[in-house]
Amino acid sequence: MYQFNYQKAGSADEATSAVAAADDGRFLAGGMTLIPTLKQRLAQPSDLVDLADIGDLVGIEDGGDSVTIKAMTRHVDVANSDVVQSKIPALAGLADNIGDPQVRNRGTIGGSVANNDPAADYPAAVLALNATVITNQREIAAESFFDGMFTTVLEEGELITAVRFPVPEKAAYTKFPNPASRYALVGVMVAQTGGETRVAVTGAGQDGVFRASDIESALSGNWSADAAKGVKMSDDGLNTDIHASAEYRAHLISVMASRAVTAAG
Amino acid sequence: MPTVSMTVNGKSVSAEVEPRTLLVQYLRESLGMTGTHVGCDTSQCGACVVHVNGESLKSCTMLAAQAEGADVATIEGLANGDELHPMQEAFRENHGLQCGFCTPGMVMSALDLVQKNPDPSEQEVREWLEGNLCRCTGYHNIVKSILAGAEALRG
Ligand SMILES: Cc1cc2nc3c(=O)[nH]c(=O)nc-3n(C[C@H](O)[C@H](O)[C@H](O)COP(=O)(O)OP(=O)(O)OC[C@H]3O[C@@H](n4cnc5c(N)ncnc54)[C@H](O)[C@@H]3O)c2cc1C
Ligand code: FES
Ligand code: FES
Repeated sequence: MYQFNYQKAGSADEATSAVAAADDGRFLAGGMTLIPTLKQRLAQPSDLVDLADIGDLVGIEDGGDSVTIKAMTRHVDVANSDVVQSKIPALAGLADNIGDPQVRNRGTIGGSVANNDPAADYPAAVLALNATVITNQREIAAESFFDGMFTTVLEEGELITAVRFPVPEKAAYTKFPNPASRYALVGVMVAQTGGETRVAVTGAGQDGVFRASDIESALSGNWSADAAKGVKMSDDGLNTDIHASAEYRAHLISVMASRAVTAAG
Repeated sequence: MPTVSMTVNGKSVSAEVEPRTLLVQYLRESLGMTGTHVGCDTSQCGACVVHVNGESLKSCTMLAAQAEGADVATIEGLANGDELHPMQEAFRENHGLQCGFCTPGMVMSALDLVQKNPDPSEQEVREWLEGNLCRCTGYHNIVKSILAGAEALRG
């Protein structure tokens, strides 16, 4: 790890001012991605601004037809939340299957969404549930938030404060985890919200999370596992790496989507 | 260098460290407490698991500065003199270790499980151990140890 300065911010305003004032400041949330990145010397920030003490950034709010999860809410707290379990059980289940218990005890939704790892789980939920990412400056629709792998439309120093999820009629997330890391080799979230069907795929795309429009069309007319499984996905733009070929991932997308439809009921 | 203070196994400690110092380095190098191991240093293996404010985490993936003021528990704090903690005793009785490198992390992780779920099923123990790797045992005896330790702790 290179040297950096470290400070804890007491409020969201203090955090954004501290990052703005630094040469190259970075927010530190759970550190489950950022600290390994620093260790590998893949980043060299001058300053880390720790968000851990900002009480305003933690918590889950039941808004009736939506659930708002504040940025510093940890995966374990989303998984165990009564509100999330009753309103969007698919999201609680997704959080409960991120990494391992020690990662879930530290990692946060804000960090995961900001990081936009192409194999992370939350981006699939944000896109399939048509969530809104709320920052200290604006509200960003899921559709325009993700901008290629490890990239989002967040500006330098822009702080995610919460993510708001509309409550779906039906939703489920199924992932084929990499057996070593537990990241998604392919993860598919299917959802029906306000009559609209959305299918989002993580783990597979070279540009990160994306909507599988062919499966969406198939499911719009016929919400069934067979309809999803019947779609032959193209392997264009999908990842090939040591874990799986693009062709295999394309196949897995339809299979995971069909299992998700079964789970959603 | 900034001073970082915390409570480790009930004792107040304090040391001057660089901001980039990891909690596990603080424990091992500043305090000389080498019971917490570093297996991978890439957040995968769980050899470095300790409790911070009552919850298990990987001390190789937390800065010492993040634990300022926290209550930290490590493997060294479990035994009472020569008397092993029931979970440590269960690992000994059930041959839950071979080389022992993963054991401190396994025991600390197991104790977080049983505080949340005092009577876990075998499946729940196996799932909980997702973040703890062992290169020796094949896990069977670790799972047996944790089930036995949980039973002993239920009394
Ligand atoms: C062993 C292991 C297994 C894992 N398995 C999975 C898995 O199966 N699925 C999965 O999805 N993830 C997995 N992860 C990643 C984990 O979910 C991380 O917690 C998450 O990606 C990052 O969240 P964090 O809170 O730790 O963020 P950090 O690591 O603290 O930050 C990540 C990035 O986001 C920025 N950031 C953080 N918070 C904000 C904010 N509020 N606003 C703006 N920017 C912000 C930081 O500056 C940094 O650039 C795994 C991690 C590990 C170590
Ligand atoms: S040394 Fe921390 S997880 Fe391996
Ligand atoms: S006993 Fe050797 S690594 Fe587990």
